[in-house]
Amino acid sequence: MLEPIIEVKNLTKTYKAAQKKFRQKTSYIHAVKNINFQVLPGESFGIVGESGSGKSTIAHLIMGINKVTEGEIIFRGRNIAQLSRGGEREICRNLQIVFQDPYSSLNPKKSIEWTLTEPLIIHSIGTKASRKEKVIEVLEEVGLGESYLKKKPHELSGGQRQRIAIASALILEPEVIVIDEGVSALDVSIQASILNLLNELKEKHKLTYIFISHDLNVVQYFCDKIAVVYLGDLIELFQTEEFHQEEHAEYTKKLFNAIPDVSFTSRTS
Amino acid sequence: MAKLMLEVNNLNVSIKVKQKVYPALEDITFKVNENQVVGVVGESGSGKSLTAQSILGILPANTEVTGSIKLENDELINKSSKAWQKLRSNEVSLIFQEPMTALNPLMKVGKQISEVLRKHTNYSNNECYRKTIDILKEVGLKRPESIYHSYTHELSGGMRQRIVIAIALVNNPKLIIADEPTTALDVTIQAQIIDLLKDIMKKRNGAMLFISHDWGVISQVCDYVLVMYAGKIVEQGPMENLISNPQHPYTKGLLKAIPDFKKRGEALYSIPLRVPALTERRKGNWPYIEITEENKQVVADIFPEILQRETKE
Ligand SMILES: Nc1ncnc2c1ncn2[C@@H]1O[C@H](COP(=O)(O)OP(=O)(O)O)[C@@H](O)[C@H]1O
Ligand SMILES: Nc1ncnc2c1ncn2[C@@H]1O[C@H](COP(=O)(O)OP(=O)(O)O)[C@@H](O)[C@H]1O
Ligand SMILES: [Mg+2]
Ligand SMILES: [Mg+2]
Repeated sequence: MLEPIIEVKNLTKTYKAAQKKFRQKTSYIHAVKNINFQVLPGESFGIVGESGSGKSTIAHLIMGINKVTEGEIIFRGRNIAQLSRGGEREICRNLQIVFQDPYSSLNPKKSIEWTLTEPLIIHSIGTKASRKEKVIEVLEEVGLGESYLKKKPHELSGGQRQRIAIASALILEPEVIVIDEGVSALDVSIQASILNLLNELKEKHKLTYIFISHDLNVVQYFCDKIAVVYLGDLIELFQTEEFHQEEHAEYTKKLFNAIPDVSFTSRTS
Repeated sequence: MAKLMLEVNNLNVSIKVKQKVYPALEDITFKVNENQVVGVVGESGSGKSLTAQSILGILPANTEVTGSIKLENDELINKSSKAWQKLRSNEVSLIFQEPMTALNPLMKVGKQISEVLRKHTNYSNNECYRKTIDILKEVGLKRPESIYHSYTHELSGGMRQRIVIAIALVNNPKLIIADEPTTALDVTIQAQIIDLLKDIMKKRNGAMLFISHDWGVISQVCDYVLVMYAGKIVEQGPMENLISNPQHPYTKGLLKAIPDFKKRGEALYSIPLRVPALTERRKGNWPYIEITEENKQVVADIFPEILQRETKE
């Protein structure tokens, strides 16, 4: 049997709720509670749910952006839940993230070249010349190329910015990329090209994706497995291929029944 | 025959940027009947919001408009700004994408609704209050009396969007324009808002122009659709026809690009052209793509119009 590349055990995150009144007893919000799942290497693992259900929290915990309250995150057999992101370069390299709105994750004042070179410098990779070569290579891989080196984020369209965000996730040659609503803000034709790009890159670099989206059409197209979260609980986990054969939780049914009917798409293809 | 509510004929809007004039909308022509929801779909930058702004008389100052927009046979183009204002408060309402920008965070939501009534009707305070409670009920908010006294930050995204809809409806407008009203919401809440808008339309015999880049939403709400690209209507027709038998290659391309379960394992189609920025456009040159020997075939496959243009010359 294939060993999971990531395994999440009893993962829980609580936040202190904002105190409404002075001296009120502090209460806690369970952003996620007792989440368990395994992600196999080479898999596109989908996480779906309404906003506030805890999807981004899971992403941030895996990435080490937020501290785990309880539970384990096993990456390649090792519990990384309590490690700090800065301290563990190897893990940091191997886990990368792409956000929904690259505009807020790209530095608006810096050139694309700077954005893509920075992680290489932080990780002391290569020489000045070899770094530039690597940056150009990655730019080409995401369908942009050398002419984008000197551009700033505001000179790019939404789709191009998302390609840069993917390039900056790729540059350290990670094994796992978490994509948190990474195609949600894009027009359908651009979204299609980004999904195709992600699939090509996955094939080429043997990547594993944790793919978070509220768009069920996208998830059903893109992911091998789908985890449904609701109010911080993992309600259900299933193989996408088997979705139509299996019985599902009430909430899952409700969620998937709300998908607008786009069955006409097959008639036109 | 259905009563004609809105008639737009050869609407052209150009925008001045740094002393130069660029075409933003060209020859927009369509109708909306009573009891009908007309959808406007297209990629961002295609001119959907500008179309809405033209009908509402809220185009930015650097624009020039020609053509005709008639609401119940009353010509709106060249109306005074005062007349537009009156129109917006009584006859045409707008529902925005982002509820937070449409609402005042410092004012109780009930007040924001009754304020509209107070300004534009002769109702007494008591009547305004009662009408506000009624409309809060109509948009599906339970416990309307307590909602009346709450502030926007105390409400969920879906509830806020219901408030925005209540504000748009409270004056019984003849025409409602909804510009991406569900884009910022989750699927389940999106579905609820869509059901609400459909219910309201039915109850009020309303007419609605519904803008979205999301075909799924458009297919659920609309009876008739306009497909736009770079400021022009590429194709229009009854919803069912248009999605089952699209005529224009651009429409076909957009529909093919939508991912779903059945397309698993295959690469998605993606239109190999982007929407040209305003300043890249030259009047009479739609779809404003520079044709070279290399891209000619690709462009002509999606916009066969360019071939006609050449034979005309
Ligand atoms: N920094 C924080 N402080 C307090 N509560 C938070 C914080 N981040 C997230 N939450 C809460 O945790 C829950 C899950 O949020 P999130 O993971 O962002 O959901 P999703 O990505 O599914 O929309 C929500 O109730 C949210 O309000
Ligand atoms: N006030 C303005 N000044 C300059 N350009 C504008 C202005 N408003 C809209 N545009 C341009 O006009 C085009 C159509 O815009 P819009 O109607 O907002 O598109 P959509 O709503 O379909 O995304 C875009 O290229 C946009 O950048
Ligand atoms: Mg999130
Ligand atoms: Mg718009």
